[in-house]
Amino acid sequence: MIEVKNLTKHYGPRRAINNLTFQIEKGEVVGFLGPNGAGKSTTMNILSCILPASSGTAIIQGHDTFEHSLEIRKIIGYLPETPPLYPDMSVRDYLLFAAKVRGISNKGCKSAVDRVIEKCSLKDVGHRIIERLSKGYQQRVGLAQAMVHDPDILILDEPTIGLDPIQIIEIRKLIQQLAASHTIILSSHILPEITQICERVIIINEGEIAAVDTLDGLTASLRKSERLSLTVRNGDSDIEEKLNSFEQVLSVLPGEKNQYIVECELSSNLQDEFARLALENQWGLVEIKPIAMTLEDVFLKLTIEEKDVIA
Amino acid sequence: MRMTWIIAKRDLGSFFNSPIFYVVTTVFLLLYSFIFFNILNFFSFQSFQAGQLQAMGMNLNLNEMVIEPSFHNMSVILLLIIPIITMRSFADEKKMKTFRLLLSSPVHLIEIILGKFLACMIVVTLMVLISAYSVGFLFLLGEPELGPVITGYLGILLMAGCYVSVGICASSLTDNQIVAAVLTFGFSLFMWVIGWGAQAAGPTTGQILQYLSIVEHMEHFLRGVVDTSDLVYYLSFILFSLFLCHRVLDSNRWR
Repeated sequence: MIEVKNLTKHYGPRRAINNLTFQIEKGEVVGFLGPNGAGKSTTMNILSCILPASSGTAIIQGHDTFEHSLEIRKIIGYLPETPPLYPDMSVRDYLLFAAKVRGISNKGCKSAVDRVIEKCSLKDVGHRIIERLSKGYQQRVGLAQAMVHDPDILILDEPTIGLDPIQIIEIRKLIQQLAASHTIILSSHILPEITQICERVIIINEGEIAAVDTLDGLTASLRKSERLSLTVRNGDSDIEEKLNSFEQVLSVLPGEKNQYIVECELSSNLQDEFARLALENQWGLVEIKPIAMTLEDVFLKLTIEEKDVIA
Repeated sequence: MRMTWIIAKRDLGSFFNSPIFYVVTTVFLLLYSFIFFNILNFFSFQSFQAGQLQAMGMNLNLNEMVIEPSFHNMSVILLLIIPIITMRSFADEKKMKTFRLLLSSPVHLIEIILGKFLACMIVVTLMVLISAYSVGFLFLLGEPELGPVITGYLGILLMAGCYVSVGICASSLTDNQIVAAVLTFGFSLFMWVIGWGAQAAGPTTGQILQYLSIVEHMEHFLRGVVDTSDLVYYLSFILFSLFLCHRVLDSNRWR
């Protein structure tokens, strides 16, 4: 559906993105993840035909974004990081304008606008002036604008930025509903959001792809070690020493009260050994559990490790 | 064509929903009416004198002594006011980040530019039409010739088209409305006075400068003559400015 090959974009001497290559299948929900200024928005601008790439190609449904941009612009809906709202228009007028400008016939406009107003629950504010709406409603109008022509592909640049937690949950729910019938590309630097909505993540850092994988794959591949959390009732001074005596244990960190974080080699399965040790020494075992690496860890690891290499 | 009209209609909506149109039109009409009143007053004073001195009556002519100078003054007021009308066109879209909606829609750049041009031209035409009450008043009282009045309005609108096209081009250069307005005003005024350089320049250059002057081409229209060379001048001026605007917006994407 979307094929990006060696995409590079320069702003003057500054290189915003460098040699991006990735594919997105129909119906996928893909997250662009990266720190601010990593090149997420630039990539999205190129995909929505607003900017031409300096080199490389982006092909969407068989059309090149540069050669046949008009065809592509009919099938994508784009929500930039600042929603493109005319502050002096009413919500309904604005959406009617967006529908017409996106090429919907005069007859189809009204029903199209009614549909998105329903979907984005904007019924109560339909006749209000956009300028006077809260940020959350404005964001929803922006989203409505992007999907008024029922595009196959939705490109959403930081759709939840600047919203309060309740609004974030609402927008997220809306995107999850849309995910069933659309291909969605979403960017964010908020990790839980990506974890909740996206099936696949493309991590971009300093204009280059740091990783492309599913969430599980990403966490798995980045784990060079496993971590276990061991909690006991009776603290003992030689616990650390005894834990360290295993060959596979890399390090032991004391956590909260009587808790130890044990880092060990991959698939060493030391739970049984630890349990036996606890029984023998009467530590009073409370729990042993593996600590899964969160996307946050992965993200930090990727972006920071990259930086270290460059530095 | 449909897209052009859709975009023009939205821009017109924002003119009429904000005070801009009403303020600008009011100021324009007040200035124009005051000047017109004074010209007419002077004319009636001369008519009164002519009534006493029989010999002077020969030169009294409503077209030449009232309508023509009114048109001249109107073109000066338009020069001052049109930059205010055009300054928002693209500058505001860029500032408010709404331009991306148009850029990511299946619309040709040329349709956007023509839409903006059309919206501003409709506003200016409305203003000029309202001001035509003054000439109507003359038709009620006297017997001016209709031909030069019609060609005069045609000339005024063509000249306004030049200012508008310059304004839209200037607006595409920046996201700051004031910069756009100042550039428009500066360039339009320069094109107005460029003919003054004719005397200092050599004969050939002088002729070229004379031909380039915006106001020079008004004269024929005001006399009731529609000269092809004037039409060609105005239309190519407009097309060239809009073409430059297209190049500016297109090249913006490459930077």
